[in-house]
Amino acid sequence: MTLLEISDLRKSFRTPEGKTQAVLEVPSFSLKTGQQRALRGASGTGKTTLLNCIAGILSPTSGIVRLDGHDLATASEPQRDALRARCIGYIFQTFNLLQGYTCMENVLLGMSFGRGPDTDAARGLLDRVGLSHRLHHRPGQLSVGQQQRVAVARALANQPLLVLADEPTGNLDPQSARAALQLIREVCEESSAALLIVSHDPMVLDQFDDCQDLAELNHAAQEVTA
Amino acid sequence: MTWWMIIRNSLRQHALSTAITALSIGLGGGLLMAIWVVNFQSQRAFKNVTGGFDAILGPRGSETQLVLNSLFHMDASPGLINRTDYEIFRKSYKRFYRNAVPIAVGDNFQGYRIVGTTHDLFAAEHSPGEPYALAVGDYFIRNDKQWNKEAVIGDTVARKLGWRVNQKFSPYHGLNFAEGQQPHKDEYIVVGILRPTGTPADHVIWIPIEGLQQMDGHDAQYAGDVSAVLVQLSTNTTARAFGMNSLDAIYNKGTDHLTFVKSTADVVARLFDRLGWAEKVLRWVALLVAVVAAGSVLASIYNTMNERRREFAILRALGAGRGTVFGVIVLESATIAALGAVIGFAVYAGIMFAAESILRNEIGVTLHPFEQHPVMAIVPVGLVVLGAVVGIIPALKAYRTDVAENLIPQS
Repeated sequence: MTLLEISDLRKSFRTPEGKTQAVLEVPSFSLKTGQQRALRGASGTGKTTLLNCIAGILSPTSGIVRLDGHDLATASEPQRDALRARCIGYIFQTFNLLQGYTCMENVLLGMSFGRGPDTDAARGLLDRVGLSHRLHHRPGQLSVGQQQRVAVARALANQPLLVLADEPTGNLDPQSARAALQLIREVCEESSAALLIVSHDPMVLDQFDDCQDLAELNHAAQEVTA
Repeated sequence: MTWWMIIRNSLRQHALSTAITALSIGLGGGLLMAIWVVNFQSQRAFKNVTGGFDAILGPRGSETQLVLNSLFHMDASPGLINRTDYEIFRKSYKRFYRNAVPIAVGDNFQGYRIVGTTHDLFAAEHSPGEPYALAVGDYFIRNDKQWNKEAVIGDTVARKLGWRVNQKFSPYHGLNFAEGQQPHKDEYIVVGILRPTGTPADHVIWIPIEGLQQMDGHDAQYAGDVSAVLVQLSTNTTARAFGMNSLDAIYNKGTDHLTFVKSTADVVARLFDRLGWAEKVLRWVALLVAVVAAGSVLASIYNTMNERRREFAILRALGAGRGTVFGVIVLESATIAALGAVIGFAVYAGIMFAAESILRNEIGVTLHPFEQHPVMAIVPVGLVVLGAVVGIIPALKAYRTDVAENLIPQS
């Protein structure tokens, strides 16, 4: 069953010179429920823009981004916020944990705007990522690998249909990166969430049978590089 | 729960600026409430302690001085009413009033005034509906045939001097006590202690009027004179107006050496009117403090907006709407103001207890710090609303946060 369907997606920005520059032109892209796919993308190929359009953080200039039957491109901002909270988990390269909050609070915040805070579920998720002994630690008191695990737990807090991961291992050493990637894949599989990961790290990309080159997908990137 | 978690974390992260801002709000709010309540309660107390005496006859001079000296036992005595004038008032003009009580002043014991009077004073009410009552002992003996060197003392005198019934003392001359001064030879004995009245009467040592008039060392030619006559007019409106106007015409227009204070309440009201400017200045100062404090809420939250843009972007990425971010900031600002309002009650209590102690010890007027007054609800609610309103400005900044731009870490 198709979970995510993109067609004729275009996102352009206005340059300081006042010109309009397209950074994303994706004619067609789709992802099935529970599918795990990697997108290979070097810097400047529009991978973060693509993920932000899928997450509803950015509004496409034109085209369709249909997630679980809802067209994000035509939805209002509050509708996109609600859909993002309910259906999408986002793992960032820099984790984007809230520094003043404990691990538990970070995960609870992840739940707050979707299904609502559930202390037991948050504890269970942190236990699943091996942080049951760090519930009340703040990000600054954790190693980089542990912070990434909190970010994974938070992304899964709302039992999302789709997990987006933007260079999730970019800040980790190779050993931690492998462990983190394995964890992300496992927890997504356990919760039947689809996973769309973008990375330029061959070690990450080699782990996926389903791997696509973002430069081929994004026609705007082809024009820039041409 | 989520909003509260975000607000709590922010306040904790900016604990120092939150504390200072809340403290300044509390100072403004507490001052505002205290000024309002002290003014209200002291006006009411001053109006109530006229002891049911509507008018005063005294020597020619300032009405305010006459009222302060005769009813509040403050200020200097404006002089004496001679025996002849007093007897005329007592015998010839009796039809114009219901009751008249003479008082004589001029002596003290360690600064507590000794006031000569008659039993009639204790038959009056010191405050509306509250007659004098003895806590212990009896009133001094005084009738037409005899008077003894006995005294009835107010509650504050008893407490401060540690006096009990049978305590003996010798008065000192003058209204103010001077170290090294020799006392009169007369020795008085305390026969009764009054229950607290919450009025200046608590600060007075009452003796029979003849005792003061004939005190050893006082000039014998003034033995029959009195300092003032406290007057109760008729309770009937027409008779009251008739008596008041008649005595006004007789003394204020018909003599040049006596003053008839027609309305002690009016004099007290005029006194407060004259002091009103000070109260207004204080109120404006307190309002200014509160407004400046509200401005400091705005400044302290607004200054954190730049460092919090990433936090808002992350919250937005987690699914929080713009309205949520806006609401959190407004509520955070209102929460700081609410903390300030709580501190304001502590400031209010501190000021009220200090003012209560000063007024009670200095002039015997009692304030009631815990008595409810609308301003005690209006000021805290007003502060919280003000806090919420000033929170709108930084909230708008948070509302406009660009999510995609601010998710990227800033170097």
